[in-house]
Amino acid sequence: MLELKNICFSAEDNNQEIEILNDVSVKIEERFVAVTGPNGSGKSTLAKIVAGILKPTSGRILLDGEDITDLSITERANRGISFAFQQPVRFKGITVKDLLSIAAGKDATIAEICEMLSQVGLCAKDYVNREVNASLSGGELKRIEIAMIMARGTKISIFDEPEAGIDLWSFQNLIRVFEKMYAATNGSILIISHQERILNIADKIILLADGAIKQVGTKEEIMPALLGTGQPCKTLTDKL
Amino acid sequence: MDAIQRSLLEQVAGLHEIPAGAYNIRADGQLAGRNSTAHIDIVSKEDRSGIDIHIKPGTKSESVHIPVVLSQSGLKESVYNDFYIGEDCDITIVAGCGIHNGGNAASEHSGIHRFFVGANTRVKYIEKHYGSGDGNGERIMNPTTEIELASGAFLEMETVQIKGIDSTKRVTRAKVAQDASLVIREKIMTHGKQYAETDFMVEMTGDGSGVNLISRSVAREHSRQLFRSRIIGDSRCQGHSECDAIIMDSASVSAIPELTANDIDANLIHEAAIGKIAGEQLIKLMTLGLTEKEAEEEIVNGFLK
Repeated sequence: MLELKNICFSAEDNNQEIEILNDVSVKIEERFVAVTGPNGSGKSTLAKIVAGILKPTSGRILLDGEDITDLSITERANRGISFAFQQPVRFKGITVKDLLSIAAGKDATIAEICEMLSQVGLCAKDYVNREVNASLSGGELKRIEIAMIMARGTKISIFDEPEAGIDLWSFQNLIRVFEKMYAATNGSILIISHQERILNIADKIILLADGAIKQVGTKEEIMPALLGTGQPCKTLTDKL
Repeated sequence: MDAIQRSLLEQVAGLHEIPAGAYNIRADGQLAGRNSTAHIDIVSKEDRSGIDIHIKPGTKSESVHIPVVLSQSGLKESVYNDFYIGEDCDITIVAGCGIHNGGNAASEHSGIHRFFVGANTRVKYIEKHYGSGDGNGERIMNPTTEIELASGAFLEMETVQIKGIDSTKRVTRAKVAQDASLVIREKIMTHGKQYAETDFMVEMTGDGSGVNLISRSVAREHSRQLFRSRIIGDSRCQGHSECDAIIMDSASVSAIPELTANDIDANLIHEAAIGKIAGEQLIKLMTLGLTEKEAEEEIVNGFLK
């Protein structure tokens, strides 16, 4: 179980202190928890604080009761936290097989790589020796990023807007990947998303606004409010 | 040969035992073994140190190994090796130099390799440089490569210097005739106070000729690197060079590209990039459980692979 206690985070911009997260406290113990909210509400910051990429200004982070607030990225990774970037990183010379082997913590065989890649809809023979460089499309990188998290199979898997930057066709498949992951996971999936179809899988939804938790609840409790706020104007509804 | 020389030989030529095919092994300035074959004739030069390698036209799928090892501290030598390769051949040439310097005097090897490549011949040329030894004596290597490609010929050169060479000046000159093409891949890593200089000059003289120079390097600690490439297009040709360097610690890297087109159909491109390891690359690998040090090693190894 992951527990955030009174997390605050502020950053400096033009000598002005800007508050990005303000007193966020929440427990994540369900299989699938979604964080949603408008752009700039602090969702990605929250994810980076859990992974250890950013240090909170104040507040504590507990993983299964252990205070991990002062642990490094590496130590948290080894304690069982995985983080899929919103924008996957490219590497010159490092292949898909290399990255998946690092993720799996062993020199993965071709058969194992094939298993990992097929779960995200990629065929190993096209990708296993490809460099993770600019020759891969955004959608391909995103799937490899997700495959790495699945290969780790840790207690907490965090995905920062997995739908960002991929086309509609890939998105359909992506939903299926997450549905399968829901069925298979032994830990918790924490996913930042704007997509209704992803929120629909969630056991619990955390709604962030202006750096604070506005609401936490089941999809039945949260979704109507979310959809209600986004009512299209009359000009648009007339045309639909 | 002693154990040190055998270890150097393994590093530069991947050889545990005597290689198959033609070879010439030079150890501490002396001939340590030679084998000519029915198609490949190796003879010592009369006027100076070095060998002539004659490869008969039509020789296919054969290899020539000409490694050099130096383990005597303070030895300085210049060696001239000339390859005369006939038409319609397909061969692999493995050269390389390993220096072990356990003493205090500088050891220096200057290898001057000339390739006269016949029409429609394919050559793969692999060159490795390696240094070891705990003495204070410098290990210096200055390879010069001159290449002349006749029409339709193709030469691919791979040159690697990963460890232990204190100072190197690598000069490569090439002339590429009609429909011939040249590919050079260079990988360099320097550390400590090492200095490495690369100087390419390639002239494309015939229509349909091409050249591709690819250099990847990593400069660590206080080392310095200079990459200079000159591509001259005198005809309808394609020229491309690429210098990609990772700079670390207090190192210094310069890239000086020069392109000259003397023909309206000469198409020449140069790309150069120097920068440190991207922070997000380190973070990504750390989220997979590697320490910062391990992540750095992984990125550097991948880059030079």
